Amino acid sequence: MAKRHNVELTVGTFVALGLVALFFLAMQVSNLSLNTAGEGYLVQARFANVGSLKVRAPVTMAGVRIGRVESVRFDKQTYEAVVSMRIDAAIDSIPDDTFANIFTSGLLGEQYIALEPGGSPESLRDGDEIVNTQSALVLEQMIGQFLFKKAGESG
Amino acid sequence: MLDPLVRLGRGVLDALERLGRGHLLLLAILLGLGEVLRRPRLLWEQLFNIGVLSLLIVGVSGLFVGMVLALQGYYVLSQFGAAESLGVMVAASLVRELGPVVTALLVAGRAGSALTAEIGLMKATEQLSGLEMMAVDPVRRILVPRFVGGVLAMPLLAAIFSAVGVLGGYFVGVGLLGVDEGAYWSQMQAKIDFDEDLVNGVIKSLAFGVVVTWIALFQGYDTVPTSEGVSRSTTRAVVHAALVVLGLDFVLTALMFGD
Repeated sequence: MAKRHNVELTVGTFVALGLVALFFLAMQVSNLSLNTAGEGYLVQARFANVGSLKVRAPVTMAGVRIGRVESVRFDKQTYEAVVSMRIDAAIDSIPDDTFANIFTSGLLGEQYIALEPGGSPESLRDGDEIVNTQSALVLEQMIGQFLFKKAGESG
Repeated sequence: MLDPLVRLGRGVLDALERLGRGHLLLLAILLGLGEVLRRPRLLWEQLFNIGVLSLLIVGVSGLFVGMVLALQGYYVLSQFGAAESLGVMVAASLVRELGPVVTALLVAGRAGSALTAEIGLMKATEQLSGLEMMAVDPVRRILVPRFVGGVLAMPLLAAIFSAVGVLGGYFVGVGLLGVDEGAYWSQMQAKIDFDEDLVNGVIKSLAFGVVVTWIALFQGYDTVPTSEGVSRSTTRAVVHAALVVLGLDFVLTALMFGD
């Protein structure tokens, strides 16, 4: 009887331990605790060039993450990239003349969208589009322009 | 002159036959899965044998693998000024690869060999035939609870391995090497995806659980009923399980993460 009880006790402990480990991995190690999918509202922005912006890249304001990129697609009519971002529901007072820039974290880091608030009293709603955008800086283009300018100066 | 050809042919046919018998056994086990619900007591015993008794080796291995990963990763990452990414590296390698794979190899060695020896000996001492004589199906009574126990224990053990490994990496990375504590956790949380990394890791370890227990059970059930046969089956169970786990890992990784 005591042995039977011990088996059940240790198995129970083992299963509980395994589930705790899974829970620890889910909450502490993975992004589940940061996951806001399904919450918040969608805002779109059109860019002439998104560089290497990826889905799930952060959307920040004043350096603080307030959302994530939901999808990046190509508009074949205007030849622009349409980026839709999901902004946290709590951040509901972004002016509708906000500027959206694509920046790179560090020299070789990944790209993210930085929002700079405008001054309009109207704020963005679900499905709105950010009109003021600035494309990603492509390193090759910048080097090209720099070389071109240098050549112009010396010539 | 035709002798080598005959031997080759016999070898291939033997292997194919064994493969066929293995799949028939798996089918019989899958058809008998309902037995676990009828007699859950048998499953608890097997969860104890496979899960609880493997806990020590899995936990200790996880701790040391995590600590070594942090130590090695730090030296490479700090050369690029990216020591803050240590947490991501440790967690990604553990959750995606090392957790499921190393746990499967450890379980194959620790519990798989025991399963094969146990069932092989049952066959050698004609206990399995005895059960059949009493109209008790040995597949349902003996193999099914062990199979389910192995399949359920594997993801739990792999999760424990990864969790202990991440903590081991934390002790070495943050405690010993002076990586920033906030960066270790926050970079990890930012880069490790729940669906992409964690769920795929669990799916992997479930697949490994099926493969490792299936091979161990089949090798025991199909053994030549002598002491030499049982010893050879036990060796074969561990070797085959290890090879199949490593091969399957490549296929699963290519399917899950290679886009």
